Parts: sequence; structure tokens; C-alpha cells
Amino acid sequence: MSGAASAFSLGVPQAGSGGRYQRNPATREAPWVRFTLLTLGLAFFALFLVMPLVAVFHEALRKGWELYFASLVEADAVSAIKLTLVAALVSVPLNLVFGVSAAWAIAKHDFRGKQLLITLIDLPFSVSPVVAGLVYVLLFGAQGWFGPWLQAHDLKIIFAVPGIVLATVFVTFPFVARELIPLMQAQGRDEEEAATVLGASGWKTFWLVTLPNVKWGLLYGVILCNARAMGEFGAVSVVSGHIRGQTNTLPLHVEILYNEYQFAAAFAVASLLALLALVTLVLKQFVEWNAHRTLKEATP
Amino acid sequence: MSSAVLDAPLGAPIKTRRPRRVLPGFGPTMGFTLFYLSLLVLIPLSAVFIKSAGHGLDAFWAAATAPRVIASYKLSFGASLLAAFINLLFGLILAWSLVRYEFPGKKIVDALIDLPFALPTAVAGIALTALYAGNGWLGRLLEPWGVKVAFTPLGILVALIFIGLPFIVRTVQPVLEDMETELEEAAASLGAHRWQTFRLVVLPTLTPALLTGFALAFARAVGEYGSVIFIAGNLPMVSEITPLMIISKLEQYDYVGATAIAAVMLVFSFALLLLINGLQAWSSRRNGEGARK
Repeated sequence: MSGAASAFSLGVPQAGSGGRYQRNPATREAPWVRFTLLTLGLAFFALFLVMPLVAVFHEALRKGWELYFASLVEADAVSAIKLTLVAALVSVPLNLVFGVSAAWAIAKHDFRGKQLLITLIDLPFSVSPVVAGLVYVLLFGAQGWFGPWLQAHDLKIIFAVPGIVLATVFVTFPFVARELIPLMQAQGRDEEEAATVLGASGWKTFWLVTLPNVKWGLLYGVILCNARAMGEFGAVSVVSGHIRGQTNTLPLHVEILYNEYQFAAAFAVASLLALLALVTLVLKQFVEWNAHRTLKEATP
Repeated sequence: MSSAVLDAPLGAPIKTRRPRRVLPGFGPTMGFTLFYLSLLVLIPLSAVFIKSAGHGLDAFWAAATAPRVIASYKLSFGASLLAAFINLLFGLILAWSLVRYEFPGKKIVDALIDLPFALPTAVAGIALTALYAGNGWLGRLLEPWGVKVAFTPLGILVALIFIGLPFIVRTVQPVLEDMETELEEAAASLGAHRWQTFRLVVLPTLTPALLTGFALAFARAVGEYGSVIFIAGNLPMVSEITPLMIISKLEQYDYVGATAIAAVMLVFSFALLLLINGLQAWSSRRNGEGARK
């Protein structure tokens, strides 16, 4: 599932070598079978993945470019963009530090319960985003454990920016860690141990030995983490309170516009998020390509 | 030197010679990891169980098994299962096509498979609704046949297919790429038909990966919210998914109800997570020998 990890198996033929199978009579299908499978697969792909993407841009531009740009520079949209950036700017670095630290502890050391710890780190992926939002309401909402204390000190977490940031941190929690852990485990410890034996400090070893080896995996995790942070809807929607201009992120702004039947504006803002998704996919492809190339150079 | 590192990943004999904890920094990094994990994930999640326990078993049971909630479980689980089955079939076909066949635009198709991971769910939700609504590109084609997708349970199925597809493709694809062709060649030389070879040689190798992908897609679909609510119509007893029940309880300030349903969902996600971990371990054991020449 993780591209960095799959880039690691070097015996793997890269996309473009499918012909190898069709030249070998033992692994070749009859032409009509090949044709049917390809048609079915690509039709399904076009129907479920391409059409929704095209629909976003088509609907966004239906009322013309003028309205399109007007919906993007409108005050509420701008504040939603800002809040989305804030949420990503806080949660991505936090989860990056966590991911690196967890990967160092897990991949470079032996201890009991390692598998359990890895499973726990994966937990936020299997929790419904709505439940992720709810847990913070239970902690910090007016009825929550810390609610009365927060109210007494005039602090607001739920229905305010801190709640949105917290929910975003939760749903993007495992991205960097789960990219780095398998990668660093696969690379072993020999290089780091050599550096330490030669007198390098822990920091120096990390910066000069480990980081250059895992930089593409790290970048990969950060890209995916950022995409999810900017696009999260369910968890953020529970804690946001939907206050226009204050606690609306871009996806929530899309929802509000849509529910107010301002379809063109909703799709204009949505197209911005769709562009972000496309940029993410391009960057991801670039990182995978680089990780693969680096590995090829490293193997004799 | 670098090749030694690449070959080292599973070097068990080296491990026995190595004194424990040569590398520094275990204490601080482990401490920070546990602290951060507890503060942001474990303590907040435990709040759901502690709060539900605090309301008493009767209140919990009444809230978790109300007829409207039961209807939502049936819908969420049923639609998620069906979507995962459909994705299992088409995901396998797509993974197979990407590995075994040549066709123009293959690299673009390969990259776009991940779109559901990258596209915010709310965007997917309104896009699918626009497509399948009565005046949409696809809705217009289906309406004369009496098929309504948007604002019916069928719409929920469509949204869940969208978000689940990459899970199957991305778990099956690497296994298919790693698979040696020798076994298929042996089967062919022994006179097996291509379909026999696929069913008896290829499919068993893919089974762990298919099951893992299925479970991942299913788990994701059960909790999914953003892409579903726009297209679902959200009629009580007909097209309300379980996560939406939590939201509507919260909107009515019914914290007991919301917490009880969340506890049920959490227990279910934990069980699935354990199952997926087991499947992945099985899958890597199964494919370990082939990949590691």
C-alpha cells in the first residue's frame, strides 16, 4: 500500500513492462479475454474515478470564469482558505516530528510490544472521522470532562480553531509514521551503528546517515498527510460549529455553499480542493520515481 | 556498503551478535511517542468508553439499539460489504490490467487510481451527487430506466465504491508484480488451461492480499461520512448511515446516544483492525518466499 515500501522491492518491473507477460505463451490470455478485461476495468475506472473529477470542473465553470473567480476571492472563502492552511501548518509538522521520533524508537531499537505499538499508531485510520470529532467534544465540549474548567477560564476549544486543529491532527496522525517505520526497518541499523561507533552523536547520525536514506519516504508521508489535513471533512465538521468566516475550513465552506444551493460557488471552491488532490498525485508520482531511481543507483 | 544495507532487512543472524541498544535516543523518542500517542489518541478514545459506561448499561443499550440506529447499522454494513465486493472484482481486474497488459495512458490510470485517497471526501460527495442527480450526466441516462441513484441507498453504494477502490488495487498490485511466472509456466507445461492456471495457481497466491484489501475497503466504508451524506438523501430508516446518526444525535445535544453509537463503531473498528493486521501478517508470510529470492 505504501509507495515507498513497494518501491523497495527492486525485482519489481516498473509500469511499462506488461508486454513481457503477453510475449510468454504461458502467461498470455486469449485476445478476447484481454480485450474484455481491459474494457471492463477501464470503463469502471472512467465511470467511478474520471467522471466525478471532470464533473467538479465542469460544474465549477458552468456559470463562467467571472463567477468562478468571484467565489474564490469572496471574504468567507478567503478566511476558509486561511483556516485550512493554519490547520495543515500546525498538524503536518506535529505529526512529522511524531513520525520521525516513533520510527527511530521502533525501527532502530528492540523492545517488547513493538507490534502492539505499531497497531496503536494505526488506530486513527480505522476510526470513523465522525467518531474522531466526537471524542474531542466529549473531552472539551460544554458537557465534556474539561468543559466546565475551560468555561471558567474563558477558553474555547470546541466550535473554535483549536478544536479544528486537534481533529485534523487526529485524522492525519499515522501518515508519516507508517511511511517511515517499514522503510527504516528495511534499511537496518548497520550504517547508524557504524557512525555511532566512529564517534558521531545521535543527532549527527540521524541528520547525516538516517535522514538522507529516508528522505523520499519522509516526503511521501508529508505529502499524503498534508492532503488529508487540508481535505478532512467529517471530523472537522463535528467540532467546527460552522461559524462562517471563523471556523469554516474549505471542505466545510463547500458544504455550506452547496446546502444554500449556490452550486457554482460550491463547485468553484471544490475545484480548488480537486486541484490540490491532482497536485498531490503528481508530487506523489515524482517522489516514487525518485525513490526508485535512488535505489537503482544504490544497487550495483 | 549500501548494498549490504539493502540486503540486510531480515538479517536474523546479525541480530544475535548485536548487543542491545547500541544507538542512542531510545529513551526520549520512545517517551515522546508514548506521550503524544496517549494524549492525542488513546485518552480521547477511552473517553468514549468511560462516558458510555457512566450513563449506565440500560441507557447505553437503549441508545445503541434504537430502531432507527439498527436500521442505520444494517444500511452501513450492508452497503459497505456490497461496495467492497464490487471493488474486489473490479479492483482485481484493474490491478491485473496495470501489471499484465500494455495500453495507452497506463501511467495516468495508475496515478489516478489513488484519487479517492487524495480528493477531499466532501468534493467527491457533491461531484457524485451532481453526476447521478436527475439532471446529471449519468442520472439523465438512468432515469428513463426507472433507476434512481442520487438520494437513495444506491447512491450510498456508489459513494462507497468510489472511496474503496484504491484499497483493493493497491494491495493486490504489488503482490501481482512480485509474482514469479515460473509457477504459471509449470502449470501451462503440465497442460493446464489458462483459466485453470488462474483459478488454481494465481488466485490462491493473491487471496491474502485480496482479503486484506477487502477488509481495508470495508473498514473505511463503514466509517465514511463526507462522500456519502450529500448523495444519500438521509431519510430516517431508509438512507441514514451510522456516522450520520452520531451527528444527528449530537445536533440534538443527545450525548448519551451519540456516545453509545460511537462505542459500538469503535469496538467494530478495533475488531477489524486486528483482523487486518492478522491478514497482513499472513500475506507477507505467504509472499515472503517468492519476493526474497
